[in-house]
Amino acid sequence: MAVPVDNLTKPTPPSSTLRFAFGNVIAFFILLLIGVLAFSIRLFSVIKYESVIHEFDPYFNYRVTQFLTKNGIYDFWNWFDDRTWYPLGRVIGGTVYPGLTLTAGTIWEVLQSLNIPLSVETVCVFTAPVFSAFAAWATYLLTKEVKGTGAGLTAAVLLAMVPSYISRSVAGSYDNEAVAIFALIFTFYLYIKTLNTGSLFYATLNSIAYFYMVCSWGGYTFIINLIPMHVLLCIVTGRYSSRLYIAYAPLVVLGTLLAALVPVVGFNAVMTSEHFASFLVFIVIHVVALAYYIKGILSPKMFKVAATLVVSVGLVVCCAVVAILLAVVASSPTKGWSGRSLSLLDPTYASKYIPIIASVSEHQPPTWPSYFMDLNVLAFLVPAGIIACFAPLSDASSFVILYLVMSVYFSGVMVRLMLVLAPAACIMSGIALSEAFDVFTRSIKFYISNLSEFLQTDAGDTLPGNNVSPQNEVLKNEKKEDTLKERPSRKNKKKEKENIEKPSVKSKTEKRPLVLPVEASFFALFLTVLLGGFYVVHSVWAAAEAYSAPSIVLTSHSHDGLHVFDDFREAYAWLSHNTEVDDKVASWWDYGYQTTAMANRTVIVDNNTWNNTHIATVGTAMSSPEKAAWEIFNSLDVKYVLVVFGGLVGYPSDDINKFLWMVRIGGGVFPHIKEPDYLRDGQYRIDSQATPTMLNSLMYKLSYFRFVETDGGKGYDRVRRTEIGKKYFKLTHFEEVFTTHHWMVRIYKLKPQKNRIRGKTKKSKSKTSSTTPRSGTVKKNPWH
Amino acid sequence: MGKSTVTTKDDAQALFHSLRSAYSSTPTNLKIIDLYVLFAVFTALIQVGYMAIVGSFPFNSFLSGVLSCVGTAVLAVCLRIQVNKENKEFKDLPPERAFADFVLCNLVLHLVIMNFLG
Repeated sequence: MAVPVDNLTKPTPPSSTLRFAFGNVIAFFILLLIGVLAFSIRLFSVIKYESVIHEFDPYFNYRVTQFLTKNGIYDFWNWFDDRTWYPLGRVIGGTVYPGLTLTAGTIWEVLQSLNIPLSVETVCVFTAPVFSAFAAWATYLLTKEVKGTGAGLTAAVLLAMVPSYISRSVAGSYDNEAVAIFALIFTFYLYIKTLNTGSLFYATLNSIAYFYMVCSWGGYTFIINLIPMHVLLCIVTGRYSSRLYIAYAPLVVLGTLLAALVPVVGFNAVMTSEHFASFLVFIVIHVVALAYYIKGILSPKMFKVAATLVVSVGLVVCCAVVAILLAVVASSPTKGWSGRSLSLLDPTYASKYIPIIASVSEHQPPTWPSYFMDLNVLAFLVPAGIIACFAPLSDASSFVILYLVMSVYFSGVMVRLMLVLAPAACIMSGIALSEAFDVFTRSIKFYISNLSEFLQTDAGDTLPGNNVSPQNEVLKNEKKEDTLKERPSRKNKKKEKENIEKPSVKSKTEKRPLVLPVEASFFALFLTVLLGGFYVVHSVWAAAEAYSAPSIVLTSHSHDGLHVFDDFREAYAWLSHNTEVDDKVASWWDYGYQTTAMANRTVIVDNNTWNNTHIATVGTAMSSPEKAAWEIFNSLDVKYVLVVFGGLVGYPSDDINKFLWMVRIGGGVFPHIKEPDYLRDGQYRIDSQATPTMLNSLMYKLSYFRFVETDGGKGYDRVRRTEIGKKYFKLTHFEEVFTTHHWMVRIYKLKPQKNRIRGKTKKSKSKTSSTTPRSGTVKKNPWH
Repeated sequence: MGKSTVTTKDDAQALFHSLRSAYSSTPTNLKIIDLYVLFAVFTALIQVGYMAIVGSFPFNSFLSGVLSCVGTAVLAVCLRIQVNKENKEFKDLPPERAFADFVLCNLVLHLVIMNFLG
């Protein structure tokens, strides 16, 4: 920041350094407070409910962290988990992103060695708020590199409170994004720092931070595609410099090596299309560097000769190489991209080819109101920030603009990626707000100094002219230093001449560059502060009401007070106390992680969803009639089946609402399950108008068994808002063993096979004890 | 047609001569760094040729070998950029600092290589 040295307004130089030091101390304390703010705004769920891990995915991470702290890192690295995806198992060491668990494990180890006995659960619950404080500090550093300290502080305070980031990092949301966003911003900061200083030391740190990001989240492909894009942009717009080479080339080599070290990524770091952009730009930057070097040592005439020679030869070679590359890539069916990346590039890809990816609610595109809900005021400060970034365009500000544009596109494809947009939006808004504050306060200071100078001239000062010209010199110095610092390109020389001429003209006539009338600036300052107030109110509300629900405990307010629905933990506790250790539990894949973590039982499918056929098997079983479902489950050694049912209390995310996805996924692999069989006139219903296939399916039966007993014969489903179709029926192959207090989780046991079959021989397929009406058509069951 | 090939050959020779004369005026320390870069790239090419003959198993060893050569070449080029006196952007960077950064980055690179070599 430029500190104007002026003999008359500031009499002694030490006071300006004092002011500088004072400013630094204040900035430090503000940063500390920002960290405390970021930490405390995420604690609402701990206060309202308890210190518990939320949702589904965090339970898996918690279980992995428990294993790590109990058994050490070598066992963790080589862990083969046989309590999930029975009978296939899962190689945890090779399929999990270890960054989050290693971080929490390290924190726990350090605290244990300091004799601070926090449990693993506490460390896991509070990892996310701590790292969000770090992320706010990293945003300060990044924005300071782009625009200066004021913008940095504003961006940091905006990030500490932005609802989109709060939603994925509340206390208890122990998921990859908790540390990944910090790693993302820190990597970008180090990249920009290397770009600004050209120091190889920061390039090394950049690679190490990139390694931490690869360890933490699959979204690291965003970094390894965004940075090459930025390098290409700089080259194309003529901003190539040797600092760009130092910032990019070591990152590619070291970054690829470090990414290949992580088992999840492995050789994908050099073989999948997501990384090819970095190699392509690596080659391009070497060609450009060589061209600039040769241009530097040759005369212009010889350089032209060299250029024509090289172009004619090089074009042929280039075409050959590109043709080979295209042939290699086109030979693979997905052109080398993974399913998730393809669904990002073509948003309709998943719904056509991979129903599992399409069924996850986080992978849907966001609605327009969700932008305002998640970003609030930032949504319309961002364009102002873009303009402020262009005002002096530097390498760093072009990077931030590119980052924003890319993240806006990706957030439009998948609502989960709004999280990547949040830091970019905060940086832009911080820049915009800081620039606005600069203009307003400069106007006020200018007015005040004008006022004081006016009073001084009134009091009969000796040299009024001297008062005027240093003032303009101050302004001219500021402007010149600003333009000198922020325009490191060839245009600099031209503009410098222009600037020197302009203020000298202005000092004779008017003296008002870049200031507003003082009343307008006071009013605008007040309005900007009010805007910030609205943002704070909305963020706190969003954190408290919208994003603090732990999903494992539900509450509702009614006229007779607060009801707490703790049915999930009730069911898992029942499972862990009343079943054998080796019993297998089948449920839809949503509940797999929670079942292994809390109930400690082997499950068939879980949230990792890596094997589509296995999930389709469970889906088929849930959609089939009782006997077929029993056969399928028996072949998988399943003992217990768990369904979630919300009809009694009105819990809308139960299995009946997810049932059509089970049908679709099952039907994708086993063609005898057809979705139209379960719909009446294209509508999904469970009342008396439902199709017989629907009424005979296992899911319907397990959800509504004995449901009529709850409200005296009507069987009114509070979620679907109708009475159910088939009210009185018996289960032939399953028996109910447990239903939770509010009927939200229901557990059934598979009945053992009968020893003797009465009457008929073994060849016949009909069962005499069945009381369910036969469905109209006999479907070919692949399990016989 | 013949005249243009003659002129292209002449042009190529003139280009070659001017390149040579311009390059011979670079200081010796930069020439040493250039030689080191050439050596690293040459080693990488030998490794790729060997892989083409023998096959790419184990792939991680091949990758770490080639990337270590490419990595040292890149880092040497970065050092050359920072030490080159004609480079205006780095005129107030002491060459000892540039060399220290170079050593540090090489250390990290080779640590990773030794881990990945298998």
